[in-house]
Amino acid sequence: MMASSYNAKEEDANHPGAANHAGAGVVKSKKPDNTAFKQQRLPAWQPILTAGTVLPAFFVIGLIFIPIGIGLYVTSNNIKEFEIDYTGANIDNPCYNCAKNFSWNSTAQCVCAVTFTLEQPFESNVFMYYGLSNFYQNHRRYVKSRDDSQLNGDRSALTNPSKECEPYRRSEGSPIAPCGAIANSLFNDTLQLYHIDSNGTLNEIPLVKKGIAWWTDKHVKFRNPGGNNNLTVAFQGTSKPVNWKKPVFELDPEDPENNGFINEDFIVWMRTAALPTFRKLYRIIQKKPSTTPTLPSGKYVLNVTYNYPVLSFDGRKRMILSTISWMGGKNPFLGIAYITVGSICFFLGVVLLIIHHKYDNRNNSADISN
Amino acid sequence: MGMDFSTLRTLISRYCVGEENWVDSRTIYIGHKEPPPGTEAFIQQRFPDNRIVSSKYTFWNFVPKNMFEQFRRVANFYFLIIFLVQLIIDTPTSPITSGLPLFFVITVTSIKQGYEDWLRHKADNSVNQCPVHVVQHGKVVRKQSRKLRVGDVVFMKENETFPCDLILLSTSRDDGTCFVTTASLDGESSHKTHYAVQDTKAYITEKEVDSIQATIECEQPQPDLYKFVGRINIYMDNEPVARPLGAENLLLRGATLKNTEHIYAVAIYTGMETKMALNYQSKTQKRSAVEKSMNAYLVVYLCILISKALINTLLKYVWQADSNRDEPWYNNRTDTERQRHIVIRAFTDFLAFMVLFNYIIPVSMYVTVEMQKFLGSYFIMWDDDMFDEELGERAVVNTSDLNEELGQVEYVFTDKTGTLTENNMEFIECCVDGHIYVADAICNGQVMPGATSMDMIDSSPGPGAREHEELFFRALCLCHTVQVKEEETVDGIKHGIHQGKSTSFYISSSPDEVALVEGMKRLGFTYLRLRDGHMEILNREDEIERFELLEVLTFDSVRRRMSVIVRSSTGELYLFCKGADSSIFPRVISGKVEEVRARVEHNAVEGLRTLCVAYRPLSPEQYTEVCHMLNGAKLSLHDRDKRLAEAYDAIEKDLILLGATAVEDRLQEKAADTIESLHKAGMKVWVLTGDKMETAAATCYASKLFHRNTQILELTTKRTEEQNLHDVLFDLSRTVLRQHGGMARDSFSGLSGDCTDFGLIIDGATLSAVMRPAQEDSNSGNYKEIFLEICRNCSAVLCCRMAPLQKAQIVKLIKASEEHPITLAIGDGANDVSMILEAHVGIGIMGKEGRQAVRNSDYAIPKFKHLKKILLVHGHYYYIRISELVQYFFYKNVCFIFPQFLYQFFCGFSQQPLFDTAYLTLYNISFTSLPILLYSLIEQHINVDILKKDPSLYRDIAKNSLLRWPIFIYWTLLGVYDAIVMFFGAYFLFDNTTFTSNGQLMTTNTQMMFGNWTFGTLVFTVLVFTVTFKLALDTHYWTWINHFVIWGSLVFFVVFSLLWGGIIRPFLNYQRMYYVFMQMLSSGPAWLSIILLITASLLPDVLKKVICRALWPTTTECIQTKRRCLASEPSTIFMLSQTSSRISF
Repeated sequence: MMASSYNAKEEDANHPGAANHAGAGVVKSKKPDNTAFKQQRLPAWQPILTAGTVLPAFFVIGLIFIPIGIGLYVTSNNIKEFEIDYTGANIDNPCYNCAKNFSWNSTAQCVCAVTFTLEQPFESNVFMYYGLSNFYQNHRRYVKSRDDSQLNGDRSALTNPSKECEPYRRSEGSPIAPCGAIANSLFNDTLQLYHIDSNGTLNEIPLVKKGIAWWTDKHVKFRNPGGNNNLTVAFQGTSKPVNWKKPVFELDPEDPENNGFINEDFIVWMRTAALPTFRKLYRIIQKKPSTTPTLPSGKYVLNVTYNYPVLSFDGRKRMILSTISWMGGKNPFLGIAYITVGSICFFLGVVLLIIHHKYDNRNNSADISN
Repeated sequence: MGMDFSTLRTLISRYCVGEENWVDSRTIYIGHKEPPPGTEAFIQQRFPDNRIVSSKYTFWNFVPKNMFEQFRRVANFYFLIIFLVQLIIDTPTSPITSGLPLFFVITVTSIKQGYEDWLRHKADNSVNQCPVHVVQHGKVVRKQSRKLRVGDVVFMKENETFPCDLILLSTSRDDGTCFVTTASLDGESSHKTHYAVQDTKAYITEKEVDSIQATIECEQPQPDLYKFVGRINIYMDNEPVARPLGAENLLLRGATLKNTEHIYAVAIYTGMETKMALNYQSKTQKRSAVEKSMNAYLVVYLCILISKALINTLLKYVWQADSNRDEPWYNNRTDTERQRHIVIRAFTDFLAFMVLFNYIIPVSMYVTVEMQKFLGSYFIMWDDDMFDEELGERAVVNTSDLNEELGQVEYVFTDKTGTLTENNMEFIECCVDGHIYVADAICNGQVMPGATSMDMIDSSPGPGAREHEELFFRALCLCHTVQVKEEETVDGIKHGIHQGKSTSFYISSSPDEVALVEGMKRLGFTYLRLRDGHMEILNREDEIERFELLEVLTFDSVRRRMSVIVRSSTGELYLFCKGADSSIFPRVISGKVEEVRARVEHNAVEGLRTLCVAYRPLSPEQYTEVCHMLNGAKLSLHDRDKRLAEAYDAIEKDLILLGATAVEDRLQEKAADTIESLHKAGMKVWVLTGDKMETAAATCYASKLFHRNTQILELTTKRTEEQNLHDVLFDLSRTVLRQHGGMARDSFSGLSGDCTDFGLIIDGATLSAVMRPAQEDSNSGNYKEIFLEICRNCSAVLCCRMAPLQKAQIVKLIKASEEHPITLAIGDGANDVSMILEAHVGIGIMGKEGRQAVRNSDYAIPKFKHLKKILLVHGHYYYIRISELVQYFFYKNVCFIFPQFLYQFFCGFSQQPLFDTAYLTLYNISFTSLPILLYSLIEQHINVDILKKDPSLYRDIAKNSLLRWPIFIYWTLLGVYDAIVMFFGAYFLFDNTTFTSNGQLMTTNTQMMFGNWTFGTLVFTVLVFTVTFKLALDTHYWTWINHFVIWGSLVFFVVFSLLWGGIIRPFLNYQRMYYVFMQMLSSGPAWLSIILLITASLLPDVLKKVICRALWPTTTECIQTKRRCLASEPSTIFMLSQTSSRISF
């Protein structure tokens, strides 16, 4: 500014450092350090992306991706998967009546049986899923409507749940445990699977209900208040979520390790899905020690205790049976994507090779000869 | 003395013109004494005190004013609004995410600004408190400078700087003159003579001065340094005597008193009203072109942001029209929410979307840009190449905001004296009748004719030549207006000559004359002094010769010569004349004209300032006639100028040519090289100087601004006197355009050595005529346009006789022309300050003329030659760096936010964030910020040496080429593409297939389900890696720091995610990310898809780069490729310079 220009001389005089006639010492101090960093001369690798250098990379990527893709695709195709819709939206569906007559207040259970046929036997462990469509578990209001402290066994949160749980926070004056919309809408259909023998008898297939949730969720994130013993006492003073038929401490009365907040069905449900169409692990069918397939081909009956209404929001319910491989469930997309990207890379490699030969060489030779 | 006449002349001419220039007048009572009663009743006016205020804030208004200033910046205001919205309504992210960074930025900025203002306060105080001597009640009293008031009589001693604008009353010299140097004001380091008012010059003690009863009427302050009109009324015996006052009575603030023991003067303009203060424009904050594009992009992104939010809000309500979607049984609203009016709900939703997407314009970009500029400026200061051993100074950065602007300069406006030249005249040679005498500093009075001569016509000078030689030296010793100052102490700067024990100085208003007289001294003829009307010369034989000085025919710029008439001790009368060759040769009747002319032309081409010397012996009769003519002219009342000119014309004729001299104002080291580089880099160089046209033109030739084959167009007063301005302008533009149309656009290639290019010379008076705003006739309004058109086609322009504000006007004119070019002004003196402030980039040279320029500049360098490095290397680098920084920042935020936008379509438009809060906050702050910051500090796409060798590379980035809309759109589209690949890649993996993990870490053969946070984390992981790799692909200069930061920030991301997901935080009540990252990594398909998606995202950019490089390479890219190919060859650099110059054609 202006005044600073006026006082230039004064400051120079006051400031021994600024006066250049102060001697060699000052001169020396003003001289910049001659270090590689300060002079911007650090040793450096200076790569340049040219057709020539990128070419091999493209070929290599292509050569790696295509086999991976083929491998993935084949693996995925070998996975057996069966899916059946039991919503009961259509009149020909066995669950039509259950779906139609659903009422929150009815105490009677509506059971429907869906028969289906497996064309191929399912080897190894078979995983049983339920799938919901058009169910927005990822809605913001829904996702945040939970109290992690409460689920972690925090006593104060048990009696005074977080405000995020509104409007599923209190019912009839007492706090809801577990509070929130997620817990309130816990999937509560019961699915049972029967195999129909050649002679027509129904054999119930044993379904394992443990080991379906993340280990960390079950053992760290979710905890019952006051340990797993005597949950009835621990949950005293709380009320069940409004849409539940039974309180949280009766989710699995038989197994105290699977009851209350650490019930695995509950934990699986609490992990909100990313997309409105999702499936969640329901049960595992362990492979048999003998060589017979876990699920031999043939006729099956799926017994559904129909508790969960989805038609009101145009949703669908499915039951899925699937085997898995080293890469998880059936997943043709990944294999196809790998093959596609690999082929594109390979193709581009060829194109670049042509460009490289046509242009780079010509440019170089022209320049050098000049 | 001679000056008196010119003074009178100007006065007379001023009064003839009339007083229409009097804007408004002020009346000053000298010594605050009221005039005797009975005279006109003056109304006492109020004037400001002599306080200088440059600070912006006071202690009290700092906080509110600073806050106000800061939130006036659009970006800050925007973040404030976002923060407030987050506070007020329920938004997807917490207010801390935007509040903290904003608070940090605001605090740091206000601390910095507060400190700067404190420095200004300190500076103001030291100026305002410096002591001044004032005459009060017949005594000299000390006063603080700020307490000085209009009407105070000030007592100044030698070498003191005037504290305000003063009217000179009396001096310690008998003739009422004083010498002043205005070096720090207008850059002229020569001494100027100022005159005391005739009627007061006799008052030489403080008592006497105090007894003066007078009033001064003068115009209100105006910025023109060379113009002043006033009148002093002196009351003697109550009888007012009015005397005119002119610029020669006025001493300006900032000028320094020289060679005069003391003076008395009265203050007329004080404080902010002094001419110097008026000549400084207020320093407005400069914004670089990059910042402007950044703001434009910002507006685009704001529009994108708003439209995104609008689209989503709209779709949300369309989608929600079905109440089962709006409120399915599993997801009810609270009662309070239900009762809210739909308009309020919609507005809240809109704001929530805005908050969700607000990261698209991150605070961190501003912080990063500021940091980049601040830290980057250190590399300029640290540069060893810009350190000057001689001065012991290195480059100084005053404003770091403009680093990248240095890479965008199109017009360079440079001062001449002290910037291009060293401001140090030196006598080089003289030529007598074709014999060349080179002044050798060590030759001790021995002339060595022939020893070094090159063009000896005949080897043995005859007796006639001998006589000419003697006359020539005497002519130079006599024909000048140099004064001698003898001094015991050695000041040791410039004009010191050692003569016996005492030291004497030559002082003159023209440094050339000093140089000539000193040159003569070295050739054996020493001018001693002027005593009793006799000039004394010490000749080679150490005898004193005395010449009686009869007449001085003073120099003027129209005649371009001066003469003296002397009588030698033997009684012979001579007229000695020296002047420009063009004004001497036509008047010569004998002498070796051809030989001298050849030498003069040779010297002029060398860039030396040449003068010719001639004489004419006068008979006593002729002398009487001359005296008669001169006296007649001097005494005439009307047309005195004209009659004097006629008299001079009649006297200076029938001359006999003696020889010529050559003086050099040495160019600064490598000035010519620098100017050539700037030309090659596509910049137009203008020289703006207050100096004479001839001198300036010579410098321009020497500095290769004008080449030998440059066709010079003159637009000067001389020419406009002959023709009117209108015609001249049209003539010139026709010439230029015709020529230009003929030679296509080759001249722009910079290497137009073989085709004629144009150089324009314009002087201050003509310029102001051109710039004058349109009057009645609409034609004159076009002058500016025509002038600009001419200038545009000239490779070099020289503006001479410029007032400081005119320099700024020129810069402004160019700035405002339709292409809006980026201008750079460089200068060393206070007269350059206004142009330094006006130009986009102002550069100060740490010269001899004070520090004003340095203080007001954006960058200061020790020498002109350093301009090359600061522009071609630092400017280029910073432009490349910051443009990448800006584009990359927008790109990475598109990548960041677009998936969130897409996700809204799959979560019922509920503003559900895709990414976790920690990721949202830290993405810009830590995961992706350091690599780009580092890139923007140390990237070097081409080596320093190549940039310096090949200035044409500068053209590659001209006109903000890396921040043009197509490139911006490319980056944005790339961001959108990457976002789509990432989002839908993850979507297809999650949708309708089981994307699960084997969970082998935990229990074998277990199938785990992934939720929405895993989905987000997968996208985010791909995002961070893609965005970082993209930068890695753009990096051309991988030092260990780059490796460290790029790989380090990726490692940091992974480590952070592991920690963030691995620690149970009951106290935070926030566990949604617990083990998500680790679960994801334990799944094979997740790894495979991360690799796949990164590859797919980077593919198009790599492809585009490679193909563009192969098919349409830029000069820069060619050089890069060449360097690789030729790295092993020894003559790399040579080849490079060859190829590059070829490419630039």
